[in-house]
Amino acid sequence: MLLWTAIHGSHGIAAAIPREPIAVQIAAGAGVSVFLFRRFLTFLGTLVGASVVVFLVLEVLPGDPALIMLGTEAQADTLAALRKKLGLERPPLERYFDWIGGLVTGSLGMSHTYSVPVANLILERLQVTVPLAAMAITLSTALALALGLYAAARHNRPGDYGVMAFAQLGIAIPGFWFAILLVLLFAVVLGWFSAGGFPGWGDGFWPGFKSLILPASALALAQAAILSRVTRSSVLEVMREDYVRTARAKGLTRRRTLIRHVLRNALIPVVTIMGLQLSNLLTGTIIIESVFHLPGLGRLVFQAISQRDLPVVKDVVVLFAAMVVAINFLVDMLYAAIDPRLRLHDD
Amino acid sequence: MALLEVRDLSVEIATSRGTGFAVRGLNFALERGQTLGIVGESGCGKSMTALALMRLVPENARIGGAILFDGEDLAQADEARLCQIRGNRIAMIFQEPMTSLNPVHTIGRQIAEPLMMHRGLDAASARAEAIRLLDRVGIPEARRRVDSWPHQLSGGQRQRAMIAMALSCGPDILLADEPTTALDVTIQRQILTLIGDLVRDSGMSLILISHDLGVIAETVDSTVVMYGGMAVESGPTARVFAGLAHPYTQGLFAARPQLGQGAGKRLATIAGVVPDLVDLPAGCAFAGRCRLAVQACRVAPPAPQDLGLGHSAACLRLDAAREPAA
Ligand SMILES: Nc1ncnc2c1ncn2[C@@H]1O[C@H](COP(=O)(O)OP(=O)(O)OP(=O)(O)O)[C@@H](O)[C@H]1O
Ligand SMILES: [Mg+2]
Repeated sequence: MLLWTAIHGSHGIAAAIPREPIAVQIAAGAGVSVFLFRRFLTFLGTLVGASVVVFLVLEVLPGDPALIMLGTEAQADTLAALRKKLGLERPPLERYFDWIGGLVTGSLGMSHTYSVPVANLILERLQVTVPLAAMAITLSTALALALGLYAAARHNRPGDYGVMAFAQLGIAIPGFWFAILLVLLFAVVLGWFSAGGFPGWGDGFWPGFKSLILPASALALAQAAILSRVTRSSVLEVMREDYVRTARAKGLTRRRTLIRHVLRNALIPVVTIMGLQLSNLLTGTIIIESVFHLPGLGRLVFQAISQRDLPVVKDVVVLFAAMVVAINFLVDMLYAAIDPRLRLHDD
Repeated sequence: MALLEVRDLSVEIATSRGTGFAVRGLNFALERGQTLGIVGESGCGKSMTALALMRLVPENARIGGAILFDGEDLAQADEARLCQIRGNRIAMIFQEPMTSLNPVHTIGRQIAEPLMMHRGLDAASARAEAIRLLDRVGIPEARRRVDSWPHQLSGGQRQRAMIAMALSCGPDILLADEPTTALDVTIQRQILTLIGDLVRDSGMSLILISHDLGVIAETVDSTVVMYGGMAVESGPTARVFAGLAHPYTQGLFAARPQLGQGAGKRLATIAGVVPDLVDLPAGCAFAGRCRLAVQACRVAPPAPQDLGLGHSAACLRLDAAREPAA
């Protein structure tokens, strides 16, 4: 719940920044560096907002973390010692600034349950979650673009209906259930993959990569289903544009027109949805990493919440928020790369 | 043999309210180096005719008849062959310069594209040729403008860029579908002059589509007046305008906007509207709006009457039409 609020709350902030001022700013002749600087300020502002929310929610959360960690049987003096160690006696404002200072300098404090620095914990877990998310988004994007283009090219013919049926299924099937189906088929029946766990990157690339294939597929399914529908309708819409007729009148084949003149124009809504999906994917990892017993960031935050490992929860949630804002920033950059009308020009 | 000969051309469109003909029974011929105008009100099938010649009609449309281009029937040609002809031997420019250029490619790249495809030029020589073409169509600083995005050009400049693109491969026929309708009046004249000059210099043939009789009268050798998807009158431009045989042509002429007309004076129009293609009348398509229509006009579409020297009009009441309107 907390995580949900933090991620989606912060995403709400980022999404609320209107898109058109970027174009207006650029058209007005503001420099690229000014543009970047403003986006960076937004980035910082969003992070500060997210950190305040996280901190406040954790402060007013009913239940003494020290008491919950140690159990109700705990001796009064052990409790007091832990409270002191956590710094719970100090005024909230001071604790907030200490925490932020730590975030800025990279000294994140210690995890109570693991008794290791939170920074180490996060870095270790990122080695699972980042490749997992990257694999899932690559897979879903490749699949969605291929299926969406194919369906649009076969508009109202069997191929189109087939893709749409797949998309409907992909959207309807819950990710965790699809994950279990994948495990049953590929791990239990066929034995091609292990049912879960992560061997680490120590034994080379392949074993680690292999163990992420099923989870990435489970994560990618719903995303690919949604994205292929977006791609299809966007491509169909662009195909009605006058410049597509111009391209055909120049003698381009259907296929070449689709690739050179339709696809790039159709990408804007696709990229928008992709950005949103990447944010969703981060929350998706919480479930999928638990299903596949992957030692990733999602599983870390899940366990940390259930164990009220306060420092870990705070830091990971702010990290999630930072990633979401960074993704939004990237999406804006991609818009400008795709569409020259959103770019700065010199006259 | 004519460069282009269109025989009994029809375009049948399937809509949600049934099928109908956007173009039917159309015949005309175009000699090499000649110019032909197609004129008529909005919705009478001018664009559909042009798109049919390129075999680029919408998916719900079917083409009938023959389109003999240099002896080859384009109505029967396969897609691969059509891709060799489009943009290469028959090129087209459209009404909307604002939306007819792709916003995500520079105009240089868009002009270079047919050159690389049809002429096999490499990127560098295609670019050099694009600069030369931009210069030829009167875009200042072509060397710099070649890297502009479409949104950086004015409407007139975009239409010039479209013309450069259409001319790039030196086509035999240029199809211009209302190339100036979307432009400012002052720019319209410049673009028409440019097209006229280019056609004269290169010796290519031109099919100019317009709903402006004045433009047609000044620009083309022969004229086809279309209504309800059919040619109601056709012939050498001078004879068509001297004769004004068909009541519809007369109506168009009376309704043409004239310079110097008092601002307060209302433009004369032909009463009524163009019939919907899914329920075209059995007889003459214009009968419903024609002051001279009699019962016979509503029975079957009238056949073209030869008026001599290549001039013809499809009307049963040509004699009555010759009398001045009461
Ligand atoms: N895609 C389509 N589906 C159904 N009907 C169409 C379609 N495109 C055009 N039509 C119909 O075909 C007829 C001829 O249209 P066309 O575009 O050729 O007219 P036009 O003479 O070029 O008119 P304008 O001066 O407005 O360009 C019209 O009745 C129009 O409504
Ligand atoms: Mg038209």
